Amino acid sequence: MPLSYFLGISIVMFTIGVLGVLLRRNALVILMSLELMFNSANLLFVAYANYHQILTGQIMVFFVMAVAAAEVGIGLALLVAIFRVKKSIDIDQMSSLKG
Amino acid sequence: MLFQDGFMNSTFSLVPLVFLLPLLGILVNWLIGKYIGEKGIGTVASLATGGSFFVSVLLALALLKDHAGAQVPFLQWISIGSFNLNWVFRVDTLSVTMMLVVSGVGLLIHIYSIGYMHEDVRHQGDPKRFRRFFIFLNLFILAMMLLVTGDNFLVLFVGWEGVGLCSYLLLGFWFEKGEGGIGNAKAAKKAFITNRIGDFGFLIAIFLIFWNFGTLNFGEVFAMVPAIAQSQPGALVAITLFMLLGVTGKSAQIPLYVWLPDAMAGPTPVSALIHAATMVTAGVYLMVRSQALYIATPVAQQVVVWIGALTALLAGLIAVAQFDIKKVLAYSTISQLGFMVAAVGLGAEIAAMFHLVTHAFFKALLFLSSGSVILGMEHGLSAGAHGNAQPHDDPQDMRNMGGLRKNMPVTFVVYLIGALALAGIAPLSGFFSKDEILVAASQGNKAVFLILLFAAFLTAFYMGRQIFMVFFGEARTNAAKNAKESSLLVTIPLMILAVLSVAGGALNLPGKHTLEHWLSSTLEIRHPAEFIWSIAIASFSIAIIAILLAYFIYGKKPLENAKAVDPLSKSLGGAFNLMNKKFLVDEFYQAVVLKPYTKLADFSARVVDQAGIDGVVNGIGSLTTSFSGLLRKLQTGFARTYALSIFIGVVAILVYLLTRI
Repeated sequence: MPLSYFLGISIVMFTIGVLGVLLRRNALVILMSLELMFNSANLLFVAYANYHQILTGQIMVFFVMAVAAAEVGIGLALLVAIFRVKKSIDIDQMSSLKG
Repeated sequence: MLFQDGFMNSTFSLVPLVFLLPLLGILVNWLIGKYIGEKGIGTVASLATGGSFFVSVLLALALLKDHAGAQVPFLQWISIGSFNLNWVFRVDTLSVTMMLVVSGVGLLIHIYSIGYMHEDVRHQGDPKRFRRFFIFLNLFILAMMLLVTGDNFLVLFVGWEGVGLCSYLLLGFWFEKGEGGIGNAKAAKKAFITNRIGDFGFLIAIFLIFWNFGTLNFGEVFAMVPAIAQSQPGALVAITLFMLLGVTGKSAQIPLYVWLPDAMAGPTPVSALIHAATMVTAGVYLMVRSQALYIATPVAQQVVVWIGALTALLAGLIAVAQFDIKKVLAYSTISQLGFMVAAVGLGAEIAAMFHLVTHAFFKALLFLSSGSVILGMEHGLSAGAHGNAQPHDDPQDMRNMGGLRKNMPVTFVVYLIGALALAGIAPLSGFFSKDEILVAASQGNKAVFLILLFAAFLTAFYMGRQIFMVFFGEARTNAAKNAKESSLLVTIPLMILAVLSVAGGALNLPGKHTLEHWLSSTLEIRHPAEFIWSIAIASFSIAIIAILLAYFIYGKKPLENAKAVDPLSKSLGGAFNLMNKKFLVDEFYQAVVLKPYTKLADFSARVVDQAGIDGVVNGIGSLTTSFSGLLRKLQTGFARTYALSIFIGVVAILVYLLTRI
């Protein structure tokens, strides 16, 4: 399969991720959209690693997955904490710092 | 340098004791004074001062053998680079003379105070303050000793400030008493602030000396005077005139004399010790000590002469028209200090010192006797309270007295001696010392001579007036009728001082000039004292005439009652009222200095500070607030907005990085 297919899918995934973060109000969905963006980047790493026949990109993906897992863990913990206080995970409700 | 030729007379090294003994007295009274009772406190304080006196006598005896004296180093104080300033005690004939006067008169006043304060604390209703009084007295002796023994201007200045502080503490001793419950505190404040102005002048003089001479040590400064007089005559004039400002403050001369009459708010021993005999002479001492500076500046000398002469005249005129027994003595003190200052200006430092010493005797005597009179009157007030005595009769008002010679014979005799000595009746001490000043004036400045002669006339007149009003005639109030002679503790110091007032002239008798020889090893004698018969006779007869005049006005036909008008006011009319109102100098200062000053302070407080400075500060604050109010709008609180701005930022950075090449 040509490289451009992978690039195209990656771009599409990233754009969906960005739009999901910017437009959705549900915090859980925002976290999922973030995962989309991570994975679009991962896809690029793997595609190029294969294309150039070097392992560096493949290794990088494991790092990204580990970090993303940690980030999601913290994010979910925060969401639980926020839910306990606000009874909601609507991101627009969390505006206590409004100037 | 300090240890001259490695030799030091062992007696001279005792000199720190004159300072340390009063310190010990303070500590003892402070720590255990509560438990030793009034007698114990008085004894400790008197012993401390007496010890100082004893050491001073030893020093004087040692000086008889070794005229040069010594500088006794005590502590290293300031050492910056090449500038060294040490606390050194100076023993020479001048400082020892002052030490003898301060501790000698001080000792007598301490003893007197034991009796006087015993009555006074009970009369004022707070016996606990007895201890405080004696601690303050010892503190004063300590500070005064520091002043006269210092070997440089800075140590002298420390003592100078110290005596100022003690003056404040002691004259405001009954700080919650006086007119409206605040009169004494006000008087103390006035004295302190007025002195502050003078001290400011003195401090500037010290700075100028340091700047121009590079040292503050007496010996070094005076040795450099001729060189500086050549190179910077202006600096020398400035130094001497600023120093004179300090002197006018401390020694109560025009224009800063106004605090001394108010200082009579203090207990009478304080008036005698501080405001007559010792502290107020500190200015004269300073000028005599700085003789070298004044010799080199004739301009300053002229100013000094005129200030002294005019003060002597003005204060004498005011004294004539006062009714408060202590106020008369206060103005008399100012007047006599004027004599001394004028003498220094005339180059007759010996005469000034001579008059300083004799004045210390007879003025302390007069003040202490007036205290005895006041005690007697207060006793009469309370004794006559059952009868029809007016409880509000002022025991210090001479109009309320009269005929006291019968009830208080001892006080009367010593008072008479003091008054005659002050009036300049031969052969009492005041005659000789005043005569020397008059001789110096007659040779130096004819106008000043006439002014001083007139001031001497006034002196004899107001003393005569006082004697006749207080002691002769009939008692004008029940208080005077019931007055009682004071106890021995009070009268014995008076008798000793009376003897000194009579015999004090022997210090520098014409023909012998003991004091002059004694001081000649320290001071440069420019005008050896002379005895001119014509002047002596003139001053003597003027004093006699003045006393006779006082007799015809006040003695022959005494005041009929306490409300009677002063006979002098009939003949002098408005002039008497003006003198009685102290020439309205206080009011003049009030209008010319204090009012504008208060206005200025008000202006700076309201306009400069509140509107100006506060306005700028608050303006900056509110500007920041309103500007940050605009910025605040950016903070929407929506996480997605922030995410968008981060996204836009990333895109912008990417665009920049990609298009950079």
